[in-house]
Amino acid sequence: MAKRKTDLGTLYRGSPGQWSWIAHRVTGVAIILFLFAHVVDTAVVGWGPDAYNRVVAVYHNWFVRLLELGLVAAVLYHAINGVKIMVFDFWPGSTRYMKQLSIASTGLFLLAMVPITWIMGRDILNLSLGWNL
Amino acid sequence: MAVEAAERPPSMPPSRRPRGHGTGRERPAGGLELWSWLFMRISGVVLLFLAVGHVLIMHVLDGGVSRVNFGFVAVRWQSPVWRTWDWALLVLALIHGINGLRVIVQDYVKWPSARFAVNMLFYVVGFGLFALGTVVVFTFDPSKWPGAS
Repeated sequence: MAKRKTDLGTLYRGSPGQWSWIAHRVTGVAIILFLFAHVVDTAVVGWGPDAYNRVVAVYHNWFVRLLELGLVAAVLYHAINGVKIMVFDFWPGSTRYMKQLSIASTGLFLLAMVPITWIMGRDILNLSLGWNL
Repeated sequence: MAVEAAERPPSMPPSRRPRGHGTGRERPAGGLELWSWLFMRISGVVLLFLAVGHVLIMHVLDGGVSRVNFGFVAVRWQSPVWRTWDWALLVLALIHGINGLRVIVQDYVKWPSARFAVNMLFYVVGFGLFALGTVVVFTFDPSKWPGAS
């Protein structure tokens, strides 16, 4: 269906909804796996300041900050796409506007990521390259 | 109906709405799966506020995670509102996430014993983390370490 001839052969491009279905799963799994670790690292606060401050020092590493930016993006994508799914579920007539709603939800996600990437990316650059943005 | 359900992974959208249009899991006909389907949506709406709010407050705004240390948590958890927020987030996110894993396992793990084992592993981990998080959220007392905050 969505195939395109290229010089390298046939490329299967899928459809937007199929990609959002995959992205919803991937972001969901990423979030729950992080949550498993996050409950443990937060629970260390019950063992006092020495233990907890040593654990959260992990979050001062620039590469962990990069993963953190990915986590924020995953939560935001999963949330916005989840709303889109519920609109389709509880208002079946809206499936006529599937394409428009998919574009709108993806656009909202990308738009929200612009300031977030700036705010968090600034810290990542400062930590990794010693900049002072 | 039962035959159809057995042939198709439960999370796959129905044939009149083929997978590939951005719809969610097909609404189950009834029973526990219908409650699970409904729970994902209701908890999803609550998590929209609890999880997105948590992520923005703790990871993006006002310095993000760089300001988080023992003293920050001690001040924050003086408020029962934040303790309740964090506990509700813990419980809903764990159940929502592990139920999501269960739905994914239904699609990819076909062998019944393996499916049972993988699901049990997630349930045990989930219950352990629920117990650990609940104890810490409600018993945390920074006065045990005077001068730390």
